[in-house]
Amino acid sequence: MDAFTKRKIVNAVVLVLSTLAALLGLVWLFWILGTLLYKGLSSLSIEAIIGPPPSPGDNTGGLRHAIVGQTLIVLFATLIGIPIGIIAGTYLSEYGKGSRIANIIRDLSDVLMSVPSIVVGTFVYAIMVKPLGHFMGIAGSVSLAIMMIPIIVRTTDDMLRMVPPELREAAYALGATKFKVIKDVVYRAAITGIMTGVILSVARIGGETAPLLFTSFNNNFFTLNMFQPIASLTVTMYDYAMSPYKYWQDLAWVAAILLTFGVLGANILGRLIAHYKFKK
Amino acid sequence: MEFDVKERFVIEPKESPKLVVDKLNFYYGEKRALKDISFKIPEKKVTALIGPSGCGKTTLLRCFNRMHDLYPGNRYEGKILLDGENILEKNYDLIKLRSRIGMVFQKPTAFPMSIFDNVAYGLRLKGIKNKGELKDRVEKALKDAALWDEVKDRLKDPASGLSGGQQQRLCIARAIAVEPEVLLFDEPTSALDPISTAKIEELVVSFRDRLTIVIVTHNMQQAARVSDYTAFMYLGELIEFNKTEEMFITPKVKLTEDYITGRFG
Repeated sequence: MDAFTKRKIVNAVVLVLSTLAALLGLVWLFWILGTLLYKGLSSLSIEAIIGPPPSPGDNTGGLRHAIVGQTLIVLFATLIGIPIGIIAGTYLSEYGKGSRIANIIRDLSDVLMSVPSIVVGTFVYAIMVKPLGHFMGIAGSVSLAIMMIPIIVRTTDDMLRMVPPELREAAYALGATKFKVIKDVVYRAAITGIMTGVILSVARIGGETAPLLFTSFNNNFFTLNMFQPIASLTVTMYDYAMSPYKYWQDLAWVAAILLTFGVLGANILGRLIAHYKFKK
Repeated sequence: MEFDVKERFVIEPKESPKLVVDKLNFYYGEKRALKDISFKIPEKKVTALIGPSGCGKTTLLRCFNRMHDLYPGNRYEGKILLDGENILEKNYDLIKLRSRIGMVFQKPTAFPMSIFDNVAYGLRLKGIKNKGELKDRVEKALKDAALWDEVKDRLKDPASGLSGGQQQRLCIARAIAVEPEVLLFDEPTSALDPISTAKIEELVVSFRDRLTIVIVTHNMQQAARVSDYTAFMYLGELIEFNKTEEMFITPKVKLTEDYITGRFG
């Protein structure tokens, strides 16, 4: 066998192995999606989405409280997370650029990104729930916001740094102040990238359970009051999946479908925006 | 390459000076990029800065609107007088300075906004809010930049849709909309095709009676075509400053002659 044939064989073997490895990664995704649809699709109904929580033994009821609660918790988390994340990212890229303090903050923010979510949950329990005496929705939002902020900081910082320096100089050369340059030119140039980061961070925290267990907890009654305990899809799913009733377990599957496809949808949206932007 | 460090030829233009550079030194951190530069830039004339890469011509240009102040560690020594006022003064109002001295960059720098908003940007910074006045001044600037006919039906469209040459003329329109007294060009055609280059050169020539223009170019033919005066720089020093015709026909310094005849650079 000459060297040429040998190289061809090695090439083919490596190709097959790497293709298999890639498929192995994808198998789990499709397995999970398939199982979810197989187990949950039969229980997915209008009633399962808009019905009030079922009583034990009942075969009617749905996830209304959890869906509303989940939406509120994520909405408030986003409202807290976006301004802090974007302003902090702006500081790192524009005001603190190259300074020691900015580099330390950037590293710490990256560390925060990898803090286990249950630690974030217990931290917020200690600073909000314990002092105020009861579980509440806004505490859940705060813990999710703590997880969002480093992601938004990172993408904002990266996106702003990608704005060409010539663009900034051109604005300065017209007599703009630093704030004007950032607001009118830099943000506009980076807005799609920042949006993508925000959406991906929502997708990242949307399915978190641990930070909510110790904070927003759960509530069988309907509430829009963020200072009360509030239901969420993740915690409800955990409770129902652990329950002995078949109907509750089916609802847990429905909750799983809604969460997974919600998060998947947000991810795809974020990527589409990024794709659209960078294709141009 | 060796050169006679002593040999210099710097004339005093007969027109009144708009900018007076007096013993200017400039440092990027420790590195001395400009060395004892002194000459006078005449009012309402085109002055070209030429020289090989790294000679300091862009560095000098960026001193005139204090662009270097955007980055830490840069330092000026000496004076640059604008109508007799030293603009290198520590507390000099940079916003005012930059509205008097405009700049057009090497690469087109259209802002991510509409064509109209691009040109109106500097005007709005100056506090002009009146819609009618904005519209008139944007139209005038676009006409002056010979871009009006190409964009008048799509002023609301994003500027990113324009070609490179059109974007560069947009940047010129944006710069002249605020009616600066001096306009700095930093190799404005190096990223453009020959036809766009010709259009930009025509604009530079058309502005010569209205504004003081300083243009950095690595293209000697361009300097010869558009400028009244030319400064030749080498290794951070001003070697020769003369009327353009005279410099290109009878250079006074051997080094200038070597450069413009293509013996190095």
